[in-house]
Amino acid sequence: MSAFFAINGVSKRFRGLLAVDRVSCEVAKGEIFAVIGPNGAGKTTLFNMIAGALRPDEGQIAFQGERIEGLRPDEVCRRGIARTFQIVRPFPMLTVEDNVMVGALLRTPDVARASAQTHEVMRRLDLFDKRGRVAKSLTLPDRKRLEVARALATSPQLLLLDEVMAGLRPTETDRIVAILRELNAQGLTILLIEHVMRAVMALADRVLVLHHGAQIALGKPEAVTREPAVVESYLGVEAL
Amino acid sequence: MISRLTQGVPKRGWILLAMLLIALLVAPRFVNDYLLTVLILILYFAYTGQAWNIMMGFAGQLSLGHAIYVGLGAYTAAALYVHFGVGPWIGLLAAVPVAMACGAIIGFLAFRFGVAGVYFAILTIAFAEFARIGFDHIRYTGGSAGFFLPVAQYTTNDLWNLRGKPVMFYYVILALTVAAFMFCHVLLRSRIGYFWLAIREDEEAARALGIDTFRYKMIAVVISAGMTAVAGVFFAFYYNNLFPEQVFHISRSIELILAPIIGGIGTLFGPILGAFLLTGLSEAVTEVLHAIGFDFPGAKQVFYGICLLIVVVALPDGIWPWLVRRLGLERRP
Repeated sequence: MSAFFAINGVSKRFRGLLAVDRVSCEVAKGEIFAVIGPNGAGKTTLFNMIAGALRPDEGQIAFQGERIEGLRPDEVCRRGIARTFQIVRPFPMLTVEDNVMVGALLRTPDVARASAQTHEVMRRLDLFDKRGRVAKSLTLPDRKRLEVARALATSPQLLLLDEVMAGLRPTETDRIVAILRELNAQGLTILLIEHVMRAVMALADRVLVLHHGAQIALGKPEAVTREPAVVESYLGVEAL
Repeated sequence: MISRLTQGVPKRGWILLAMLLIALLVAPRFVNDYLLTVLILILYFAYTGQAWNIMMGFAGQLSLGHAIYVGLGAYTAAALYVHFGVGPWIGLLAAVPVAMACGAIIGFLAFRFGVAGVYFAILTIAFAEFARIGFDHIRYTGGSAGFFLPVAQYTTNDLWNLRGKPVMFYYVILALTVAAFMFCHVLLRSRIGYFWLAIREDEEAARALGIDTFRYKMIAVVISAGMTAVAGVFFAFYYNNLFPEQVFHISRSIELILAPIIGGIGTLFGPILGAFLLTGLSEAVTEVLHAIGFDFPGAKQVFYGICLLIVVVALPDGIWPWLVRRLGLERRP
């Protein structure tokens, strides 16, 4: 029986720069898996390869026993992997509701049914009261939650979150953490890239640490954060 | 279907719409022949603007060569009529697929190879120019000397062959405009409409939500081309003469997109409002300029230019969105 989601020896080179260097890991169903590392460690590159935005130079990515590396982003999404963007990209002139509707319509052509699901997702993400507002008028925390809502509306089995907490105040971070916990409790597997250690420690079952494209640690958050290589490269010596 | 037609539009909107439709239905009883031809022109631009709006306003693909679809529709139906005696309604069955195929070719070349934005616009101009030059040399349809449908002084209206008096053409184009409006309304409220808007707003984000953007952009260009070709068939049978230099000329493509731009790109009522304002005002200005003896060539174009300038500067979203706020016709969530 193959893993729910598995990355096997994936590499990506941009000209002379080896952005991701033979990274391998497995994510179990129902897990919250975090990828951390300093800026330029290759997190977003890895993320983009999973989401279909980039094709790996070598290695395989498998989801539910099916190879998905090199598929187009829309094909990856239809297979049940939804993503958010690090720099949020809501549909600016559409309302919050219509933004989420676009996601919900992926699984059903029926507008009424999609609308019901849209309402449910908006309630979950605390966006229901703002459903009539155009996306470009929202504050950053709202836009971040809209990004998650839209991805969630596509009914994914694996949710990829690219720094959804970045730029948020601690209270906002805690709010998203609570929402993600709840989603996870209902069976959603989450893979997140995160800089906010407060969120990583609160959420992740396991953590993968990247540095210069290579994986330097993989394990439980408490264990990983004690590893000298991680402390030195990422957390900083003073964290000891 | 019916519920989709009525969804999201406030009651006042429907009342205004019904009043407008009734006014247009009874208009021929009250206007003279000249005004009737102006109304036909207005509705013609409202219809073609609606068709163009599917591509630009909904799916966000700027076509500056829509004259090619008008021309292909017009020439196909005219050729069938002149050479084989096939009437316009049957001719549509050939004219629409021809234009759709052309749209599919342009769309495929652009969307498969990532030609987007202004480069896509240039590609559409290029194709319209190919067609213009090409049709100049096609003897079968008269070449540059023009292609003419048999005309006579009609006393009866032959709807089946579209031979008759202006009032018949008026009702035909009115029916087309109403049908296009309802069709676009339904499209916008269904899955495809949401997907188009998503593509227009942010194509990469749309793709990340599982939308096959290539496919939906292709559908947009094919539908838009087919609808525009219907206007072409109307054009051929209404004017009875076709010249490549006129039909496919870039100024025709530009003329056709002004109404939705002025009225409001991406809105359902924008093309109709824009067509009324632009055509109505430009005809009025022609009259006024003529009356005061200030009748130099290009006056109409200057007026068009000024009008566009004012609207683009003052109301970049078009007049209709502004009017909606003014009249309190906003959609309620």
